Amino acid sequence: MVDFDVVDLPEADHVAEGERAPEFTRPLVGAEYWTDTALSDLDGPVALVFFPMDGAFPATYVWNEIRDREWGVDEDLTVVGVSISTPYEHKTFVEERGIRYELFSDPSAEIGDRYGAVQDLDGMTGVREHRPAVFLLDEDRTVEYAWVADQWPDFPDYDEVEAHIDNL
Amino acid sequence: MSAPDITLYRLQACPYCERVVRKLQQYGLEYESRFVEPMHSDRNAVARLTGKRSVPAIRDENTGVTMSESGNIVEYLDNSYGQSGTAGGA
Repeated sequence: MVDFDVVDLPEADHVAEGERAPEFTRPLVGAEYWTDTALSDLDGPVALVFFPMDGAFPATYVWNEIRDREWGVDEDLTVVGVSISTPYEHKTFVEERGIRYELFSDPSAEIGDRYGAVQDLDGMTGVREHRPAVFLLDEDRTVEYAWVADQWPDFPDYDEVEAHIDNL
Repeated sequence: MSAPDITLYRLQACPYCERVVRKLQQYGLEYESRFVEPMHSDRNAVARLTGKRSVPAIRDENTGVTMSESGNIVEYLDNSYGQSGTAGGA
């Protein structure tokens, strides 16, 4: 994809296809307010998108792409993001990017841990965040598709994800 | 997970909101917290609910009541869920 050296991340022991997606509750941030929300509160099939902290360029790239591809628009799919950023940062991010998706705030990255998609950031001591990752969950919260970055930076294969969305 | 009947619009660290929270907790009431931002202009969700942008504001599906101003809310909660309360208290 790129012609410079990317960093290889250690292998991720992540939640795999066929497994039940771990349940969690975190503040879910929308355009107007945030409120504690459980994964099981979300409607229909779910695309769970883990992304680097708001403000990092991969966060912008990922959400611009998903916005432009209109995931979850006119289809039975709830698209939500998860990053370590605070609700205040999420609100600003949602506004600036003009995205209609809601984002979970997981400052401890514990949800990333439960899904096996975290990384410690070199040069930012004490900061642990989500690896870029996409989990597609069916109505029963069974994982139908799982991708977790094994390089840094790395981005989802959007076309591949879309093919799986069509099969949900 | 069914949504609680009471929704509280609150601002983080706002003493007037905390006053309402203490009262809700005193009566053991379930409530959903919706956090809004310090900027009044960013509080359209509250404005649509109460016609004002001030918090705290609550919506109680038990009684159909929507109101703002912590003093009013506390009084309402006392009357509805306190000793002499009637609204779904039991």
